[in-house]
Amino acid sequence: MKIHEYQGKEIFRKYGVPTPRGYPAFSVDEAVEAARKLGGSVWVVKAQIHAGGRGKGGGVKVARSLDEVKNFSSKILGMQLKTHQTGPEGQKVRRLLVEEGADIKKELYVGMVVDRGTQRVVLMASSEGGMDIEEVAARTPEKIHKAAIDPVQGLSDADADEISVSIGIPQAARAQGRTLFKALYKCFIDTDASLAEINPLIYTGDNRVIALDAKLNFDDNALFRHPEIVEMRDLDEENPAEVEASKHDLNYIQLDGDIGCLVNGAGLAMATMDIIKVYGGSPANFLDVGGGATTDKVTEAFKIMLRTPGLKAILVNIFGGIMRCDVIAEALVAASKAVSLKVPLVVRLEGTNVEQGKKILADSKLPIISAVNMADAAKKVVEAARK
Amino acid sequence: MSILINKNSRVITQGITGKTGQFHTRMSREYANGRNCYVAGVNPKKAGENFEGIPIFGSVKDAKAQTGATVSVIYVPPPFAAAAIDEAVDAGLELVICITEGIPVRDMIMTRHRMAGKKTILVGPNCPGVITPDELKIGIMPGHIHKKGPVGVVSRSGTLTYEAVGQLRELGLGQSTCVGIGGDPVNGLKHIDVLRMFNDDPQTEAVVMVGEIGGSDEETAARWVKSHMRKPVVGFIAGVTAPPGKRMGHAGAIISGGKGTAQEKLAVMEECGIRTTRNPAEMGKTLKSVLK
Repeated sequence: MKIHEYQGKEIFRKYGVPTPRGYPAFSVDEAVEAARKLGGSVWVVKAQIHAGGRGKGGGVKVARSLDEVKNFSSKILGMQLKTHQTGPEGQKVRRLLVEEGADIKKELYVGMVVDRGTQRVVLMASSEGGMDIEEVAARTPEKIHKAAIDPVQGLSDADADEISVSIGIPQAARAQGRTLFKALYKCFIDTDASLAEINPLIYTGDNRVIALDAKLNFDDNALFRHPEIVEMRDLDEENPAEVEASKHDLNYIQLDGDIGCLVNGAGLAMATMDIIKVYGGSPANFLDVGGGATTDKVTEAFKIMLRTPGLKAILVNIFGGIMRCDVIAEALVAASKAVSLKVPLVVRLEGTNVEQGKKILADSKLPIISAVNMADAAKKVVEAARK
Repeated sequence: MSILINKNSRVITQGITGKTGQFHTRMSREYANGRNCYVAGVNPKKAGENFEGIPIFGSVKDAKAQTGATVSVIYVPPPFAAAAIDEAVDAGLELVICITEGIPVRDMIMTRHRMAGKKTILVGPNCPGVITPDELKIGIMPGHIHKKGPVGVVSRSGTLTYEAVGQLRELGLGQSTCVGIGGDPVNGLKHIDVLRMFNDDPQTEAVVMVGEIGGSDEETAARWVKSHMRKPVVGFIAGVTAPPGKRMGHAGAIISGGKGTAQEKLAVMEECGIRTTRNPAEMGKTLKSVLK
């Protein structure tokens, strides 16, 4: 799960990761009021969307008067902000963060992720802050410094200091750097984060290190123990079809093709998308119905897929192990009737009770195109979508 | 021969009193030698009771001491599953197979750390389990699609493994052992570990390796195959069409920072002499083409 920068900074402050002072704003008036409360003469107005690259897209502006705060806020709020992470359609800005200006002497990068190889949390840092870190890693990997953190001991002073030195945090701010890295690690662990990123971490003219940005993602599997984080979820930032699917316990991801897929199991669901492509079609979605595809679930899945603009056909690919083919066949028939399916439906059933399942489909008299295996199913659905 | 499990394995079900644990213990017990192999269940509150004749003990340690069990399978719900693995490791079992999906990564980091230097092998979590056809099934896979034979199967996915096994069976090819290593980012056995075991297993003549987007385990395994594997390996990677930054069902199936793409994995596998297919309907056919 993702949250906004201002929410990330609120969490950072609780853990003692220094951030600029700032307030979220949902309207232009609130933005001006936030600037007034902050005082000073320089403010930063930042678009709050769940995507990086906001500055380049015009979503971050430095204001030098309250009039400018008002002006920038009214331009940014409501804009369709396009960045390399939003896709060409962009993301509508509904929230702002208004912060005090900072005296930036140097921009650095700090991140934490779970490293699969070492099976530990890794602290990553670079002297090249404010840039796309993936680009830095690709072009100048020697500028990325890493420390794998022992899960029992935590981040050691020695490792923290070594990272500070390697990214050029000067002597005067080294103790602060150590405190910040340790606070970030505690925050990462306590909140069950899957990613923590400060880009940039800045070093100021008066020798302070401050998190100028905050990106926190959380492990979905651990949300059950963090109701306070679940409350921060912003559904406006998520795909509406995916939000709807998650309500019905369906694992759904919207893609840009025209062939809907309903599959049991994540691996087979991905492979089904892939095979549609192999035979020249284009998948409209990833959908794993899981082990218990009831009539209700299949009906909801059909409804969600049918909302896809330009949907041309649906492929159901089930390898019934635990899930019996006769049960899924009954669910498919009931769901097809319930939504009065208007696009061709290709069904491939395999596994437990497959003959009974096929008979149920045949007896239903519905115009279901039956397939004998995965390749046959893919060929038939691509053909049906072309008609 | 086979790897990891055979008809002499003795199995404890952790979470035997839950709905999932009951269902799959019953199904697994009905398969091949299951009746002899499933010897105990664990539930601290129900020690002394039994599940359809299988005695329930208060702890894994007790169950092991009383029955001589060597393996456990875990169906415990996600908030408690990592602790269940810890318990099995502390009891000194040889093998722990964790089926549970949805364990927090932080819990698995601690559990894996605790396992360092211990002899216990972990398969999973978030996996279908392990089956040695005609001998023993430990997990949630449909037993009847399998058949004994020369092909080893290792996969991160459940139903996609069944798909591979189904294709092999269509071509008359049986399996030595099928291992589902699971779809989580922090897990036990990885592709490379299972390939090592297949390499040393006299029954296994060739291996189907099924991977998916996310991480770099397939690449690591492929490089090992190039220098060490004496048997042919074929591979398929799911997720060529998966968009970056999205978690495709499995917690570990995500392309992040441009890393872990199917294309990259396939390229490395091919470089290392693994015959790959981009068509998931041709996993069986591809394997057949490399068999002597």
